[in-house]
Amino acid sequence: MIKNIIEVREISKTFSLSTKTPGIKGTLKHFFKRETIEKKVVKNINFEIKEGEIVGFLGANGAGKTTILKILCGLLYPSSGYISVAGSRPFERESSFLEKITLIMGQKQQLIWDIPAIDSFYLNASIYDIEKKEAIKRIKKLSEMLEIGSEIYLPVRKLSLGQRMKAELLAALIHNPSILFLDEPTLGLDINAQANLRKFLQDYNKQTGATILLTSHYMKDITYLCKRVICIHEGYITYDGKLEKLLKKLSPNKEISIICKSKKDIENFKKLNLEIKNINDNQITFTINKIDFKKTLKEVLNKFDIEDLHISEPPIDEVIGKILINKK
Amino acid sequence: MKNSTLYKLNTLFKTQYANMLEYRAEIALWAISGVIPFFMLNIWTNNGLNESINISSVMLSRYFLSAFFVRQFSVVWVVFTFEEDALLGRVSPYLIQPLHPFIRYFAQHIAEQITRFPFALFIATFFFILNPQSLWMPSILTIAISIISTFFSFLIQFLMQSIIASFCFWTEKSSSVEKLLFIPTLFLSGLLAPVASFPNYVKSWIYLTPFPYLIDFPASILSGNQTSVVGGLLIQLLWIILFFSIFKKVWKSGTRKFTAMGL
Repeated sequence: MIKNIIEVREISKTFSLSTKTPGIKGTLKHFFKRETIEKKVVKNINFEIKEGEIVGFLGANGAGKTTILKILCGLLYPSSGYISVAGSRPFERESSFLEKITLIMGQKQQLIWDIPAIDSFYLNASIYDIEKKEAIKRIKKLSEMLEIGSEIYLPVRKLSLGQRMKAELLAALIHNPSILFLDEPTLGLDINAQANLRKFLQDYNKQTGATILLTSHYMKDITYLCKRVICIHEGYITYDGKLEKLLKKLSPNKEISIICKSKKDIENFKKLNLEIKNINDNQITFTINKIDFKKTLKEVLNKFDIEDLHISEPPIDEVIGKILINKK
Repeated sequence: MKNSTLYKLNTLFKTQYANMLEYRAEIALWAISGVIPFFMLNIWTNNGLNESINISSVMLSRYFLSAFFVRQFSVVWVVFTFEEDALLGRVSPYLIQPLHPFIRYFAQHIAEQITRFPFALFIATFFFILNPQSLWMPSILTIAISIISTFFSFLIQFLMQSIIASFCFWTEKSSSVEKLLFIPTLFLSGLLAPVASFPNYVKSWIYLTPFPYLIDFPASILSGNQTSVVGGLLIQLLWIILFFSIFKKVWKSGTRKFTAMGL
């Protein structure tokens, strides 16, 4: 049985935020007496993650996804609750725990700007007690996986965003972490670079069995990598389960377009009591529930003389977007 | 010290030195900007002020040159770097690595000092060309003790600023607290005048503060002025131990407050 690598029980996080009303009056009031509000951004959440899983965190901006990642990797101290990551309490930041994890943030860098990336790789290797010989091996292997070559000998400031992101990944993975926290890892990358990065992460997961937790607003990152998703809304978990099941729940119907040979067929079709979306000459578009899909399609094909048929599902971005827009 | 710690520190220093060499022009300018002691020397000797404290002009020249050297190798800027890193979210990746972030900053400072060494030496040579009568050769022992006490001075200042830098976890602008420290450091450390020249009522309490041990004490050792070496070194060590324990406490409670800004 695969064991849980992450366990979260009733975790909450509250931030103290200072507020200010606009205008000179508000400014003066703010100067003499600061007003603060307590904002609970993560609210009593519970979940477990198994070793080797890739889990996507979905939610609108400010939902609490990144805060959860920060708590899990030990950057933030939770206000209440129990948390265990790889058998440690993350916020204690013990070396044995830190050696198992990495955090990668899109557009944030840990590489030293003015010197070649290779120097930062060696520095990171030494921080994690990796001998130089072993470090050279790992850099070679990761460079091949990431398809990055002589660029690592250039000062970081001279690299393109895509090259820099690859170098950042290499630096973050040199110690072979078994848990990866990725916060918007493909942010700002072009389509090819995004695809390469996704492929790399999938390969890394397969080769090392690493657990990956990911937040992204690019749905392709989620659909390509994650079988399981956790949806967050205003600090609560609103869904935790298979992505496929979520898509079925949010999009229970298929859309079918048929082109009939005659107008008479169209008239007869209307009598079927199906949900018609639109009629355009001999073309009729209707939706059917995925459960009744086979039965209904069979009936339509038997009863009508059809010239052409097209079956489609709503685009995945649109479906997942419902979570972000409707926040349900 | 364990081999792994030495390996870490060695790589850290080498990397930071490579990084600092990228800024060699800036470091040369910083070295030049540290010539306050020479201005002060000029004011003192041109006005014959040294006679009022029974120090010969040659000894005064040596004191201010030593003060220049001590200042060059005890300049600390960790509060500004940490504040910037905290505001831009660069502290977060450091916090989740098995190396205390301040060891990085410490290595940066040492690397910067090594980079600035040739420039400081060049300025000193220039000083001796203009003041050949001030030329002196301290004994190896004196040089060694001066290096130790200058390093202790650096550690005291580094720890003081690290404590202030840790206030970033509560307030974004902790460097403003450092500015409060700038005035006493400037006036009480011996950078503008040897502490021996201070009025007696100032001398009665100044040695209870860490300031005279920052410039005056190491500079007095190097220049050959009379001072209690063992006592001074022990007091420096006490300040280091005190500030280190305060830093540890402030850091521990600060990281609990950390909100990971800019991440």
